[in-house]
Amino acid sequence: MKKNLTTVEFHGTKEQEEKLLAVIAEYKGVKGSMMPILQKAQDIYGYLPIEVQRIIARETGAPIEEIYGITTFYSQFKLNPTGQVAISVCLGTACYVKGSGDILDEISSQLGLPVGSTTKDGKYSLDATRCIGACGLAPVLTVNGEVYGRLKTDDVKTILAKYRD
Amino acid sequence: MDNITVTINGKEYEVAAGITVLEAVKAANINIPTLCYLKDINEIGACRMCVVEVSEGGKPFRMVTACVYPVSSGRVIETDTPKITESRKLNLELLLSNHNQDCLSCVRSTTCELQKLCRDYGVSSSRFGGAKTDTHTDYSSEAIMRDNSKCILCRRCVAACKTMQDIGVIGANNRGFDTEIGCAFEMKLADTSCVNCGQCIVACPTGALHEKDQTEEVFAALADPDKKVYICTAPSVRATIGECFGYAPGTDVEGKMVAAIRRLGFDGVFDMNFSADLTIMEEGYELISRIKENKNLPLITSCSPGWIKYCEHYFPEFTDNLSTCKSPQQMFGSVMKTYFAQKNGLDPKDIYFVSAIPCTAKKFEVRRDHQCAAGEGIPDVDVAITTRELGRMIEKAGIDFRALEDEEFDNPFSIGSGAGAIFGTTGGVMEAALRTAAEVLTGKELKKVEFSEVRGNKAIKLATYDLGGLTVKVAVASGTKNAKELLNKIKSGEVEAQFVEIMCCPGGCVNGGGQPTQPAYVRNNTDLQGLRAAVLYNADANKLKYRKSHDNPQIKQIYAEFFGEPNSHKAHEILHTSYVKRGL
Repeated sequence: MKKNLTTVEFHGTKEQEEKLLAVIAEYKGVKGSMMPILQKAQDIYGYLPIEVQRIIARETGAPIEEIYGITTFYSQFKLNPTGQVAISVCLGTACYVKGSGDILDEISSQLGLPVGSTTKDGKYSLDATRCIGACGLAPVLTVNGEVYGRLKTDDVKTILAKYRD
Repeated sequence: MDNITVTINGKEYEVAAGITVLEAVKAANINIPTLCYLKDINEIGACRMCVVEVSEGGKPFRMVTACVYPVSSGRVIETDTPKITESRKLNLELLLSNHNQDCLSCVRSTTCELQKLCRDYGVSSSRFGGAKTDTHTDYSSEAIMRDNSKCILCRRCVAACKTMQDIGVIGANNRGFDTEIGCAFEMKLADTSCVNCGQCIVACPTGALHEKDQTEEVFAALADPDKKVYICTAPSVRATIGECFGYAPGTDVEGKMVAAIRRLGFDGVFDMNFSADLTIMEEGYELISRIKENKNLPLITSCSPGWIKYCEHYFPEFTDNLSTCKSPQQMFGSVMKTYFAQKNGLDPKDIYFVSAIPCTAKKFEVRRDHQCAAGEGIPDVDVAITTRELGRMIEKAGIDFRALEDEEFDNPFSIGSGAGAIFGTTGGVMEAALRTAAEVLTGKELKKVEFSEVRGNKAIKLATYDLGGLTVKVAVASGTKNAKELLNKIKSGEVEAQFVEIMCCPGGCVNGGGQPTQPAYVRNNTDLQGLRAAVLYNADANKLKYRKSHDNPQIKQIYAEFFGEPNSHKAHEILHTSYVKRGL
């Protein structure tokens, strides 16, 4: 799926940058090191916004487009951090035929948040996932790992309300 | 390397060991169709148009991609079987299923490599309906237009940008069905460090990339009775525009080109070789004074606007080393709207000046600051059109190019020296400047005007010359990848030079991003740079009356009547410019 551009403001610290620079220094001159650098950068910042990719480009000499190409190719890389309230709706076959697509749309419209992105303040993030192995409860979603099953679109409001504060 | 024997379509051939099947079948005079393959820079086996059947040691035939599959002794290769045809047709149908078939008026119609293959294989539509990728267009650049609905994801543009030029502002973003070629974080090309060289355009097999088409602006100016419309043609355009009309690469069509342009209705057709000579006068004297003052050395040439933007982005520490001379295109425009306007009693506002150039970066250059010698709001050059655009204008006007009799450029800018002519190829500006600098410094006539050490295709060319007791070390690089290497060597002290020529495109303007496109099999198997450059060297050696810029009588005249002497105050105001440090 196409990745949504970063919406969450960048608040990187000096400390994080120093950590990243140390990682890049560790891989200096090592061929094929872009993947581990990006993985560790994501560990440090939680995501890979343009500010982080610029640092990596500057330090490694790789064009930023090459880095962006890698981060949008692999699903493991995130252009937006996971929200404090991380919502994942299962779009596996069982959930999908049971209407999880409608649930996803409902959450998306209630939060005003496109699928695969995070609200500007970093509070909510919304993702569609593959089968999470809870087909008996279809359709299901998880919020911060907590599973909600046998859902109807009307349930969305109540679930979201639990995480409002 | 040793030769090995392979069987191609039932016949045995001796071929060099270690080459690919695609290269080996050349022995049988067969061109295997390709879409993604570009020799040395894009050998990725992605488009799968080049599939052939290969068998070894009596084993059953299997399908491989010829562009990346190595030959070995005793291998049996079939290049044209029903199975291969079937496979290639299927590939074409799959490409068409996601392709905007706007072929009727597409800028690449008749030169599109996808179109040609579809014609060869009788594929006119796709069986596969359904969704198409939600592609984007990027028309932000002054030079390069992208329409991804026509993109077949061959990555040739990406390879030209990253591998050939070592810039890499474009690449493949996202994956699978959503894959698109674009810039980081969906930035517009105009907001990146793209230098507008246009090598992506000449690499593109389809109409996904093309120059900003300004032919209609020129036609509108020609139709405007209140405007006096003049044009000049760059040194290398006469060596390449014939390719738009079926001439073999390396055909000099200067006379027909002038005749055709005159038929389009221009009020005057001038030779940019003249302003190349003017550039040499200014730059040659600038070189001498910088060496004598030991200031801002090495002096680096400023004729190539792609190189200028590259320097501003990637090597801002070298912008003070750039010659302050405007490029020949901008010098010509400046002269048109000052000297020429005065001489002919014209208001510079009524002059519409077009330059025909082998370059897309020059479209960006005309919009740069400090390129208005006749006053703010009066650009030196109104529009820069590429060789391809000029070719399309001639074609659209119904002019039978091949049937035209040769004609000559108009006065007062009809004469260019051989030094001006060779501007269009790597090493040419250097050689031209050395010819003038040598005679100015020694006060004697050069016995041999050729400086052959700076000619040719080598990535970086170094030489040392003694010019009347002054030792001048020179360096020449073309292509930004080579330029980067050279500049890093100058920075580290590994290379010492007082005078450096850099051109943005590999091989110089003859290989510019505005030149006629050639299909991959021509690019891969022909020394286009050498053939096109030979036209210029031949003109210099055998055709032109003067071989040194300062011998050009029209140059002498303009200094006598207008500028006084090279690098005079007036010349500085009109013919020189400034640069910015852009960074990344």
